[in-house]
Amino acid sequence: MKAAQSAWGELERSVRRRKFIDQLFVLAGMAILFASLLTLALLFLKLVHDGAGRFTWDFLTNFPSRNAGRAGILAAWVGTCLVMLVTVLAAMPIGVAAAIYLEEYAPKNWLTAIIEINVTNLAGVPSIIYGLLALGLFVYKFGLGQSIVSAGLTLALLILPIVVVATREALRAVPRAIREAAYALGATHWEVTAHHVLPYSTGGILTGMIIGLSRAIGETAPIITIGALAFIAFLPTPPMTSHFPYLSFTWLTDPFTVMPIQMFNWLSRPDQAFQTNAAAAGAILLGMTLLMNGVAIYVRYRFRKKINW
Amino acid sequence: MPVATVTASNAESIAAMRVQRKRMKVREIRDRIVESFLLFAALVAVFTTVAIVYILVTESLPFFSHVSLREFLTDTMWTPMFDQARFGIMPLVAGTLVTTFVALCLAIPCGTVIAIYLSEFAPFKVREIVKPALELLGAVPTVVYGYFALLMVTPFLQRFIPGLPGFNMLSPGLVIGIMIIPYVASVSEDAMRAVPNYMREGSYAMGSTRFQTATRVVVPGALSGIAAAYILGISRAVGETMVVAVAAGLQPNLTWNPLNSAATITSFIVQVSLGDLPHGSIGYQSIFAAGLVLMLTTLLFNVAGFFLTRRFREVY
Repeated sequence: MKAAQSAWGELERSVRRRKFIDQLFVLAGMAILFASLLTLALLFLKLVHDGAGRFTWDFLTNFPSRNAGRAGILAAWVGTCLVMLVTVLAAMPIGVAAAIYLEEYAPKNWLTAIIEINVTNLAGVPSIIYGLLALGLFVYKFGLGQSIVSAGLTLALLILPIVVVATREALRAVPRAIREAAYALGATHWEVTAHHVLPYSTGGILTGMIIGLSRAIGETAPIITIGALAFIAFLPTPPMTSHFPYLSFTWLTDPFTVMPIQMFNWLSRPDQAFQTNAAAAGAILLGMTLLMNGVAIYVRYRFRKKINW
Repeated sequence: MPVATVTASNAESIAAMRVQRKRMKVREIRDRIVESFLLFAALVAVFTTVAIVYILVTESLPFFSHVSLREFLTDTMWTPMFDQARFGIMPLVAGTLVTTFVALCLAIPCGTVIAIYLSEFAPFKVREIVKPALELLGAVPTVVYGYFALLMVTPFLQRFIPGLPGFNMLSPGLVIGIMIIPYVASVSEDAMRAVPNYMREGSYAMGSTRFQTATRVVVPGALSGIAAAYILGISRAVGETMVVAVAAGLQPNLTWNPLNSAATITSFIVQVSLGDLPHGSIGYQSIFAAGLVLMLTTLLFNVAGFFLTRRFREVY
């Protein structure tokens, strides 16, 4: 009787101890999670706090200057927009097409295996390596120079794996039945893909593209490697002209700077006033990144809700 | 259809059929063309890899023609831009390994605990909200993290470590660690969630708690995926550039002490690129040589990861 009782007590203690450890782990998990998210908030608040006073209209419309108080990010944000334009125009068609091939067309053979391995590997290549590739290939071999088009193409290659993976996931989510119904009505392979599968996966593709762009917008290292300058006191040639043919593409080969490079340049100066500028530019950059990610999450949510298979 | 029985109306339907067949042909040809375009787009990935290897090797060959491999690997000084240039890659490799090690010391425990919590403990709703929020940590531009390391983490650490220089490897290492937590957590959580539920149920039926189930059943079962997550984290940390370029100082310095300032492979490339860089100069060649080393380092970790994952793979 006594032995049984002590065994019971032993068991109870063991259960209590193990449950305690369980609870302890829940606490630890929540604490670490909370701390990580807090870091993000802290980061943003720190930038906003340090950059306060520089969030003026002048900051957006001024060129960089030796006088920290008069310096602005006009050249930087215009450059960022133009580079992103090139990136989208290059990465979107190639990335989506590659994903369609891998998901809808690719036969199971050695070539497909090689392509798949390459896409996976490229996702793990450090971004600065892309910069070196661009320096050797785009800037010197192709003679594109230290220009907007070099930078745009570099970032397009950099985000290609992101776009491909996201598009493939979106395509895979379209049920087989949709494809089979289209085939049954006599559609060809491409018609099935273009008229039925692609429209259903727009949400996923857009999400992937936005996530990719939000990555590209903050990339600094590969663009520095190409040789973007930090001190640019002029704008690229405008893409619209007043006379025929009204479109000009000389801006593609213009020198440029982008937001993260401008921020890095200010940050690496010892002068306190410039670091205020860096904080303000960083807050705007981070705000843009977070906004894009927010839009991506929203788009994914909307499309998921809209489609009922 | 026998030709002898052709009537007027039949001839019409044959003509219609011909048109139909022609249209079919056009659609088939269009399909063929589209498919070759799609294949070409997919091959861009292969071209990129080939181009990376080609450029890194051909542009750094001239470098190795006047720096011997022996000097490159054993010299303890890296001063390619000085008059008396020394070309030992070790200081840069040491800087890279130290910052990576510091980053992993933070990211692996935190990332793993978060992954276990999200996969085994957190209610569905919490996971749905927290996972995208956590991924935002990985989306922050790295130069912003550089600002954070230089002007927030370093001053904070200086309060506890007197004599810590303004540029050091500890602070950027920790910040890189924060940056790669989402990669580690997200990929290992996916691996843990792939462990089938009956294994958990078996464990619960034996009377174990959630924590015991997590550490003794789920984590061992997902080990290959978790190893892959760690490898991904290592690759990110090794290749991270801007945080170290901003906050670690840019002096190549052969040291294994994270409290010192040093340059990494990546930050050296950035530093040289910031200056004027004539094509074919020794500076130009040296960044490609450094890039080659960086590429080989990440490749080494990836190959090791491939074999590790295969070693630990569990088949259900």
